[in-house]
Amino acid sequence: MDSMFANLALGFSVALTLKNIALCFAGCFVGTLIGVLPGVGPIATIAMLLPITFGLDPTGALIMLAGIYYGAQYGGSTTAILVNLPGEATSVVTTLDGHQMAKQGRAGVALGIAAIGSFFAGCVATLLIAALGLPLTRLAQLFGPAEYFSLMVMGLVFAVVLARGSILKAICMILLGLMLAQVGTDLETGQERMTLGLISLSDGIDFAVLAMGIFGFAEIIRNLENPETRDVVRNTIGRLLPGKEDFRQAYKPILRGTFIGSILGILPGNGAVLGPFAAYTVEKRLAKDPSRFGRGAIEGVAGPESANNAGAQTAFIPLLTLGIPPNAVMALMVGAMTIHGIIPGPQVMTRNPELFWGMVASMWVGNLMLVIINLPLVGIWVKLLKVPYRMMFPAILIFCCIGIYSINNSTSDVLFTAFFGLLGYVVLKLGFEPAPMLLGFVLGKLMEEKLRQSLILSRGSFMTFLDRPVSAVLLVIAIAMLVLALLPSIRKSRDEVFTE
Amino acid sequence: MKRIVLAATAVLGLSLVSAQAQTYPTKPITMIVPFAAGGPTDIIARIAGEHMSRTLGQQIVIENVAGAGGTTGITRASQATADGYTIMMGHMGTHGAAPALYPNLKYDPAKDFEPIGLAAGTPILIVAKKTIPAKDLKEFNAWLKTNGDKANQAHAGIGAVSHMTGIFYNSLIGVKTTFVPYTGTGPALNDLVSGQVDYMTDQIVNVVEQIKGGAIKAYAIATAERSPALPDVPTAKEQGMPEFEVSAWNAIFAPKNTPKDVVAKLAGALDKALDDENTRKRLLDLGGIIPDKAGRTPEALQKLVVSEVARWTPVLKAAMAATK
Repeated sequence: MDSMFANLALGFSVALTLKNIALCFAGCFVGTLIGVLPGVGPIATIAMLLPITFGLDPTGALIMLAGIYYGAQYGGSTTAILVNLPGEATSVVTTLDGHQMAKQGRAGVALGIAAIGSFFAGCVATLLIAALGLPLTRLAQLFGPAEYFSLMVMGLVFAVVLARGSILKAICMILLGLMLAQVGTDLETGQERMTLGLISLSDGIDFAVLAMGIFGFAEIIRNLENPETRDVVRNTIGRLLPGKEDFRQAYKPILRGTFIGSILGILPGNGAVLGPFAAYTVEKRLAKDPSRFGRGAIEGVAGPESANNAGAQTAFIPLLTLGIPPNAVMALMVGAMTIHGIIPGPQVMTRNPELFWGMVASMWVGNLMLVIINLPLVGIWVKLLKVPYRMMFPAILIFCCIGIYSINNSTSDVLFTAFFGLLGYVVLKLGFEPAPMLLGFVLGKLMEEKLRQSLILSRGSFMTFLDRPVSAVLLVIAIAMLVLALLPSIRKSRDEVFTE
Repeated sequence: MKRIVLAATAVLGLSLVSAQAQTYPTKPITMIVPFAAGGPTDIIARIAGEHMSRTLGQQIVIENVAGAGGTTGITRASQATADGYTIMMGHMGTHGAAPALYPNLKYDPAKDFEPIGLAAGTPILIVAKKTIPAKDLKEFNAWLKTNGDKANQAHAGIGAVSHMTGIFYNSLIGVKTTFVPYTGTGPALNDLVSGQVDYMTDQIVNVVEQIKGGAIKAYAIATAERSPALPDVPTAKEQGMPEFEVSAWNAIFAPKNTPKDVVAKLAGALDKALDDENTRKRLLDLGGIIPDKAGRTPEALQKLVVSEVARWTPVLKAAMAATK
């Protein structure tokens, strides 16, 4: 316990330097901005801004990228409340009651309670990361290649089960991601695989190129085909601070939402997305008068928003302790860390303590900043909602191209990004979610490495995955989850969770 | 008439050349680093480049052109105009191992460059998991011989420093172990600490903390003298294995036919940078070895490249043949 506070103190000494506060602010600001502007999600933005961080030290870079991530979660809620457009998958539920509150002239209160709930959840999640970081890291150091492989199999199965829409399509996307990860030079023999003889592919597909193409470019193309329709609240925002009665109704949902979100966020395979849905369902069940939900119930904003932010933050736990990203945004963080020469994994905490604890502490700082950025500046965000897409997209595209070019000073990278942009668009049109693919891509390299290491160490015996107890348990959980998800009754309720 | 024009052009051309050499550099110099930003070579290039910029009065801009073990960037730099405005930071891999590893290599490390000087290197250590009973290098060599391919040796991929130095070490004691490839020495070190693999050879910066903390054993350092960072680790030479002297070196090169006086100016700037107190401190903090005055000259670097290519080619070719 003592060491936890000592570590947090170290973290704050890093996070509270002027430079890192500025970077945290920049991240939160940009994040809120893109969260507010519908169409470009945090994945696309982080992918686009990756090259900009090259000039920064790794700690500063990650603080800024993390700021973009939770800033976007936050900004997404603002649009959900004001425009009835979820800026993010996780703020879908916020539209249900948040926008209704706005229509009743209580937009300010909805924004206020979302901010307060998120801030509280963020504080709890920060402490949770600090508390769980050390023991989980110790555990992770006992993991050998076989355990890592099985853990990643479990993570991918969770990603399939928790993905929206068809299970089969999610599996296809993960397999595509795994396949793309195999392009490049073979680790053991140095042979080139699937490079089509192109020199630029001999080191594999660049992560930033794939992410920016699949998410950045493809999302822009998709947005361009939709005519702009926005239902901006005409009413005034109203007062921001919730009243006594509002607090009385909201504090329990905030506590419950924080709890639910934190737990789901740690799960591999994008559990964080489930948080707001689960919190909303729980609040509706517990409410004395469930019919108020969907008509501007403050609990329906407070619970999901807290869960959303808690999950967004605890999702960092598997990344920081095991080096395994639980979702696509965290996969981008892996990319960012490797670009900065830091290999994610249990060794990060011991080798780069200032990075680890600085990031944890900056999350709390960032949450505080979000309250500051969002509440007083809400008028600016509303104005921004009226910027037409046709002005934004050319600028975004140009910045993307400059960014990609600057990674390796290579024009072929820009062409590859354009190719992946088209691929991403086609995939979206066919109803596939690109996020599992990115996760598969990032885990694919690690999985291959761990699989081959396990097999070399066992001198070729596949039984090593079952002989080692931890690995066997992880595989059993993975199989059980997949079977459960395929059972007809569960499948029905899974669909309900996502359509509600 | 034609003759006069020719003569005039020749004179003009000559005067241009000498004027250029006297005033060089008149614009920023690009230094191509063939690896991603943030890696050891990139950091050394940035540290040396910063001080060199001050001496030359023009900024040295680092351009990272990564790919194919650094050969993509070096190939591009070797084909650049030889006017001193494009230089590069090569290393043990690009100018020592590459001819053996890449059969279609488009440059010859010993012939296609004007060497400028050695910048800095990092020492190599033999490290092992702590449960191995051997007390010193001799016992460890014996342990390896008895265990043979039952011993698991980690490395960070074909052509990586840990791979090259690892097979070099094995070839010296004549053992064949089981290679376990990793994508970097970070994860490999993790598995060494938890005892999944038995040993590896790696750069000091990567392993110094774990050795000090007692998480792994260090049997020898492959330098002429002990490192101030790890004064308790004996050298291989002290333990009767003087042939195992190897370090991961980084050096600055210019494309072939870069004017001699330009090379001299760059070499002078590098020499000055390596004498600077602050620059030295930054390099030493990284665990780096700074070459002495005689080791920094273009001539010394040329010799080093020739001897490194000669050292690595047979070792690597034999190892590559064994995996096929």
